[in-house]
Amino acid sequence: MIELKGVDREFIVGDQTVHALQDVNLTIARGEYLSIMGPSGSGKSTLLNVIGLLDRPTRGTYKLDNQEVTSLSDDELAVTRQNKIGFIFQFFQLLPRLTAQENVELPMLLAGIDPRERSEHARAVLASLDILDRASHRPDQLSGGQQQRVAIARATVMRPGVILADEPTGNLDRHSSREVVAILEQLNQQGMSLVIVTHDPEIGQRAARRIRMVDGCIERER
Amino acid sequence: MRIFDVLYYTWNALSRHRLRTILMLVAMMIGVAAIIVLTALGEGARRYVINEFASLGTNLIIVIPGKSETKGGSPSVFIGETPRDLTNDDAVTLLRIPGVRRIAPLVVGSVTVSWQGVERESPILGSSSSLLPLRHWKMASGQFLPDTDFDQAPPVCVIGSTIKRELFGTTNPVGQWLRIGDRRFRVIGILASEGRSIGMDVQDLVITPVAAAQSIFNTPSLFRILVEAKTRDVIPFVINDITDILKRRHQGEEDVTIITQDAILATFDKILSALTYAVAGIAAISLAVAGILIMNIMLVSISQRTAEIGLLKALGASQHKIIVLFLTEATMLASLGAVTGVLLGFIANAIIRHIYPAFPAGAPLWAAIGAAGIAMLTGLIFGAMPARRAAQLNPIEALAHK
Repeated sequence: MIELKGVDREFIVGDQTVHALQDVNLTIARGEYLSIMGPSGSGKSTLLNVIGLLDRPTRGTYKLDNQEVTSLSDDELAVTRQNKIGFIFQFFQLLPRLTAQENVELPMLLAGIDPRERSEHARAVLASLDILDRASHRPDQLSGGQQQRVAIARATVMRPGVILADEPTGNLDRHSSREVVAILEQLNQQGMSLVIVTHDPEIGQRAARRIRMVDGCIERER
Repeated sequence: MRIFDVLYYTWNALSRHRLRTILMLVAMMIGVAAIIVLTALGEGARRYVINEFASLGTNLIIVIPGKSETKGGSPSVFIGETPRDLTNDDAVTLLRIPGVRRIAPLVVGSVTVSWQGVERESPILGSSSSLLPLRHWKMASGQFLPDTDFDQAPPVCVIGSTIKRELFGTTNPVGQWLRIGDRRFRVIGILASEGRSIGMDVQDLVITPVAAAQSIFNTPSLFRILVEAKTRDVIPFVINDITDILKRRHQGEEDVTIITQDAILATFDKILSALTYAVAGIAAISLAVAGILIMNIMLVSISQRTAEIGLLKALGASQHKIIVLFLTEATMLASLGAVTGVLLGFIANAIIRHIYPAFPAGAPLWAAIGAAGIAMLTGLIFGAMPARRAAQLNPIEALAHK
């Protein structure tokens, strides 16, 4: 479902060109579980951003569900993101002024879904992640693990084909980390592709397919 | 996005950043209220002046000796030429014009008046019995000048309330002999009216028959002739007739100036309306200032909420949707400011009217609607730039923003 061919991503910093990605070829099938590891600045976040349509490759082609997406307009990319991709961030990125449930409803609100359907759906997802009792709490009233579970609920509420997690446990204690990873793996078993960028080898090792990046290249794959 | 959701999201953002929101609201509110209060004051001034003029009399035509012209001419025109005086005979002739209801000749001067050793300087007004109805004055006691020919000078006078108080104290002046200059006049009435008239305080006046005033001041001429037309429509014809008659009586020389109260009124109306618009315009500038404040605070707000904008983009919000969200925020702020500003403006007006009941301050509807409209437009215009900037943020950098 994800097919990157010869993808380069270059940044111009001052008068120097930084090659964040160089000739990356990667295919991810539906339902796959993939971890991307590597030192800081190796391009793993850039790769994730390209896959998540937040960034455009400088060169190369990207097919998502057999559709060439490098040529799509910004607005078309936004709609594609909305329907096909769920993001999970290291710092959760919950809006502090909204309740947990409102945060989960946000993607559906942007998509213009009926409020009643929105509420039902958000509550169902929160219930499946076992934090329905926190639905009306604001993020600052939740623990880190709970916040990340709300964020996972938000990422999955539109039923995307792929979940992209950038250091999802980077800001959590060991116990919460295990919980969060368990939830993500559970979602993966339900059929969503899962791509995790992480520093933590313990988490990286769990993935069925592991990629190591160095200097913008995929160094090795297992 | 659904409109209700957009409003809710915006409202949520505004109410969660209370200080910022209140600051912007106050700026907008003061701008709107300023427009309303200032136009109310301008309107009040206009109405006040018009009421004052209306109290001078209705359908009034004023004949002034001498002709002021801006026409060029040889210097000889000015040499050895004095305007002919207006006389009582001129005034009497004007009575024959159809369309004229009444005529009051006027002689004005200042002289010492005294009673039983108490004396003061007082303005003297020589006129006729028709002055009372012509100026809509009322008598407090006694009666006004008797209806005699303009040439007759019965030794009677009517005094204003200040003269009565200062010269007579508690004595009833009606029937007393008042010395005016070197003559004695019997006081036959006291004026009830207040206010000012052709630059004189009515309460300060001593009014005598016109011929009596002319002999006090030793002059045959009139200061002015006041003519009241029967209706407003005949005023132009009356003016024509007055010009013709006086020209014939003055050896073919057109040497009087005729002004109508309508013309003065229209002029003042124009000046004061222009003033009101100008003041409202100045106040509108304060709204532009409020708009710039909105823009600044929106920009600050966007840099504070960069991560939020990045998140919205990651969650699938198009540039268009982000512009809608932020424009709605600016416009909602401006609208709230407009509504509270209109309320504040009307409250301020009510307070002004309560403190100065004589001053008819009142904001016209156009001011309230205009001020609120400009406020919302300002929000929209000054919200557009920050909204566009928000929409164009790079989502990756925005998400990384702390």
